Amino acid sequence: MTTAANDGRPDNGTPLLEVADLTVHHGQLRALDAISLRVYSGEVYAIIGANGAGKSTLLRTIAGLHQPTSGSVRFDGADVTGLRPERRARRGIVMVPEGRRLFGSLSVEENLKVGATYARPGPWTIERVYETFDWMRARRSQRAGQLSGGEQQTVAIGRALIANPRVLLLDELSLGLAPVVVQRIYGMLPQILASGLTVLLVEQDVSQALRIASHLQCLLEGRTTLEGRPADVTAEQVEAAYFGLAGAAAVPGEGSES
Amino acid sequence: MAWVNAIIQGVLTGGLYALFACGLSLMFGVMKVVNLAHGDLAVVGGYVAIFVITVTHVPVLWSFLIVVPVMAVVGYALQRTVIQSALNRGVLTTLIVTLGLSLVIENGLLQFFTANSRGIGAGMTLVTGSFSLGSQIELPYLLLLISAVAVAVLLGLQWFLSRSSYGRLIRAVADDQEAAQLSGADYRHVFGIAAALALGTAALGGVAYGMYSNLDPTAGTDTILLFAFVAVVIGGLGSLWGTLLGGMVLGIAQQIGAQINISDELLAGYLVFLLVLILRPQGLVTRRAQS
Repeated sequence: MTTAANDGRPDNGTPLLEVADLTVHHGQLRALDAISLRVYSGEVYAIIGANGAGKSTLLRTIAGLHQPTSGSVRFDGADVTGLRPERRARRGIVMVPEGRRLFGSLSVEENLKVGATYARPGPWTIERVYETFDWMRARRSQRAGQLSGGEQQTVAIGRALIANPRVLLLDELSLGLAPVVVQRIYGMLPQILASGLTVLLVEQDVSQALRIASHLQCLLEGRTTLEGRPADVTAEQVEAAYFGLAGAAAVPGEGSES
Repeated sequence: MAWVNAIIQGVLTGGLYALFACGLSLMFGVMKVVNLAHGDLAVVGGYVAIFVITVTHVPVLWSFLIVVPVMAVVGYALQRTVIQSALNRGVLTTLIVTLGLSLVIENGLLQFFTANSRGIGAGMTLVTGSFSLGSQIELPYLLLLISAVAVAVLLGLQWFLSRSSYGRLIRAVADDQEAAQLSGADYRHVFGIAAALALGTAALGGVAYGMYSNLDPTAGTDTILLFAFVAVVIGGLGSLWGTLLGGMVLGIAQQIGAQINISDELLAGYLVFLLVLILRPQGLVTRRAQS
């Protein structure tokens, strides 16, 4: 199953983003062990896994914030493994980092303008962000540091969208947010994705990830334990892959949220 | 009236100190680098002015049009090479590296320009002339000019930081380097621009000091860096207008000290510095209060 062919996937040409045998170390610790994945244009590719599975490391390595020990990252047919994060961002690999990471002393609008500085041409502008998230316009002069967690997450998404990414990396959107807020943020994602955006997202909260994913990969301790379309995998398979328990069907379905 | 005059002189000298201090404050605010070579680089700016005036015969007051861009380029280059590679090894390393840079510059200046002090002759009217208000209050033209330049520089810096696209990037990088990278910004380039601004203003300070007093190879650490530090600490770290306020407080304290006893000029400045450190260690203007 891990080497499933392109059955049912939107494109069978070259993948937009291709990660091959990626191994990453944090000091002595091997955070990722020969991970491979292919994201095709238009897909919403979800990487799920428990805390410490290596999901964020994978996303950060794709964004260029970590250098891999071995393996490669290819984007749009070109090897970008040695490129700095800012170069990758300008090519269209744009990440919403874990913990929002807004520029706290800048206003909401200034945060968006920073995102627009090196933007590629495309449909997203500050105006369109204000239209999509209507509360933002009235509070555009407010310091980003004063916003609530959910509002900050929305501004962080807006800041990334304005760059007109070709692939949007979303790192743990739900982290540190109240369940209601997480519901709201994931609720508005389909509307954003309707513009044909390619998304690679990492999420601990499996139920949220499965709501919007068109393809799924589960990591456990730096290795892939499951891959496929959400429709093709059973809840039991996901649980087993997530927790690393063979035959974990006895665990209740909601147990995967933490 | 002598006291009023002392306070006015102090306020005007504060403008000169703000020119020394604003670049130091900017580099600390943006990249957390305490540039111990800041004063020496200001002195280099002064010597560059002397060189430019001698060689090209540009009018003395217009020499800054050449000196400031030259020193800005030097600032960018220094940041992208020596200081950045020190930063990559940790913020503390930058202290050692800039201290080393300071020693190299001072000894280089000694080697090429000797220990003799030299002034930048700005013309008799400007240097010795003054407005007289009543019988005891004098407003020297040169100090008025320097203060006006200092205020213009601070206004310009504030405008640049708050309104321009690069200014926005500088503030963004100061907040979060990694997030700025993810938005496509090369933080090392942005640091270079901040250093260029810092050394451009330092060069103006060096030229102004050469007109107001005399330049010698050790003036950079003995006077400029020291006064810049005091002004930054009194005003509040990382605050631009704080450097003007800090410079003025230092200037006033020095002038009042000199009024009491001419040998107490420096002592009075450092006593106020100590008082601020004890009573208001965060400085008079805190960064949060300034937007």
